[in-house]
Amino acid sequence: MITLEHIYWLSGLMMAGVAIVNWRDRSNPRRFNNSAFWGVYGITFLVGTHLPDLVNGFLVIAMVLVASIRGLGQGSHVGDTQAEREASAKRWGNRLFVPALAIPLITVLGTVIFKRIAIHGVPIVDLKQVTVISLAIATLVALAIGMIMLRPPLLAPIREARRLLDAVGWAAVLPQMLAALGALFAIAGVGTVVSGIAQRWIPLDKPFVVVATYAIGMAAFTMIMGNAFAAFPVMTAGIGLPLIVQKFGGDPTIMAAIGMLSGFCGTLMTPMAANFNIVPTALLELPDENAVIKIQIPTAIALLGANILLMNFLVFRR
Amino acid sequence: MLTLIGIVIVVVGFVLRINPLLVVTIAGLATGIAGGLGPLEVIAAFGKAFITSRYVAIVWLVLPVIGLLEHAGLKERARAVVAGLRAATASRVLLVYFAIRQVTAALGLTSLGGHAQMVRPLIAPMAEGAAENQYGELPQSTRYRIRANAAAVDNIALFFGEDIFIAIGSILLIRGFLDQNGIHVEPTQLAIWAIPTAVCAFVIHCTRLLLLDRRLRAELTKNHDKT
Repeated sequence: MITLEHIYWLSGLMMAGVAIVNWRDRSNPRRFNNSAFWGVYGITFLVGTHLPDLVNGFLVIAMVLVASIRGLGQGSHVGDTQAEREASAKRWGNRLFVPALAIPLITVLGTVIFKRIAIHGVPIVDLKQVTVISLAIATLVALAIGMIMLRPPLLAPIREARRLLDAVGWAAVLPQMLAALGALFAIAGVGTVVSGIAQRWIPLDKPFVVVATYAIGMAAFTMIMGNAFAAFPVMTAGIGLPLIVQKFGGDPTIMAAIGMLSGFCGTLMTPMAANFNIVPTALLELPDENAVIKIQIPTAIALLGANILLMNFLVFRR
Repeated sequence: MLTLIGIVIVVVGFVLRINPLLVVTIAGLATGIAGGLGPLEVIAAFGKAFITSRYVAIVWLVLPVIGLLEHAGLKERARAVVAGLRAATASRVLLVYFAIRQVTAALGLTSLGGHAQMVRPLIAPMAEGAAENQYGELPQSTRYRIRANAAAVDNIALFFGEDIFIAIGSILLIRGFLDQNGIHVEPTQLAIWAIPTAVCAFVIHCTRLLLLDRRLRAELTKNHDKT
């Protein structure tokens, strides 16, 4: 059975390759820092499962220190020119879309098919992780199609991965760091403290005020945690269930559905949701790392307002 | 109250623009210690949480093939395709993507998108290409704005589409949490009550996208006249 562990090996090998290409690139004045950063990251993928937690912790801290104190750099990319790419685009035409679109299509196909096939009663892939594993398999198929079609040098994929990964830089690791931070918040009980403050300081005696507090609280707490999933249990246990449902007789289904979506409004406004908001600015080479958040804020605020009105209107209907 | 120190550190760190990796690490360690863990226990807890969240980074596996295709002119081709459509504008390209992304997410096909797989190699170049087609060479700031909008469309359409699908993580979480509190809800009911917000999201954001086209026209035709 293919599990997440196998996919981690693949990621680890890619990171190790990126570290080696960086090591040999003299055009990057900080090549050893890059090499150390991606190399250690590769180790966490390859053997992280088997290392003691404390060792993993020190590896993470080493990565953070390399990236923040020493700093990562980028090699001067000598490669294709705009004109060369234009010519290549003309030559290959729409065939270039085939590997690119194969990634999402095979991922979706994989999630559907892997659930249905099993050998001797054992599924081929770990079904709990079927989407992520399908994505990894899809990228391998797409890479194979690309290699056969374009016939680039054998090491071209890893060099391209290096170019893109160095362009994204430390932001590539930020989502994972924030997930770790969320886990520590949970261990320390940050959530209960926050909902305690909300209950103590906000006058929660009118249904509309309670609904607004719950929805805004979901958004605000999601902004702090970077994740609506972390905010939902806290706000719902602290405000939603005792006040909206029990005190004012609201419908728990509607409250929960719209409450979660209010949290998503918070996700749109916070740098803590790095994989949605910060990583794309790096991927799209935007100079302002808050550029995506700035575009999203007006929509998020308008939608949060809409959610408050919808919940107030719908939740007390019966 | 001391447990909130991590939040303070994160906010101050982001405001002062200190390297976020460093800020998050310090916030995590401080929160753990404020929560009563010993220094080594905190580091171990941090390491463990980092290792269990590795799945977030699987998406980087797409970079080799995306880089390869970009080298072969994928972005240029995406632009050229849009250049052939006379009706295409930056906003219309993004509108179509928004609708496709939201509907497919509502059907559970959340992986038909993403910033590394779709936005960078295809959607952003298409939107830029459409604007170039209308106004000629674009100022860099306009390119940045169009790209940021492309990323925002991917996020918003995903967030407010996926909750209509009954087997998505957030629905399962809601159901599990309410079950623990003795309230039984049907996933289909949760999904149905996500629809009003989904409609609002579509209306609000697509209106803003249409305004983006008007803004681009106002700015870029003015520039054109000057030169």
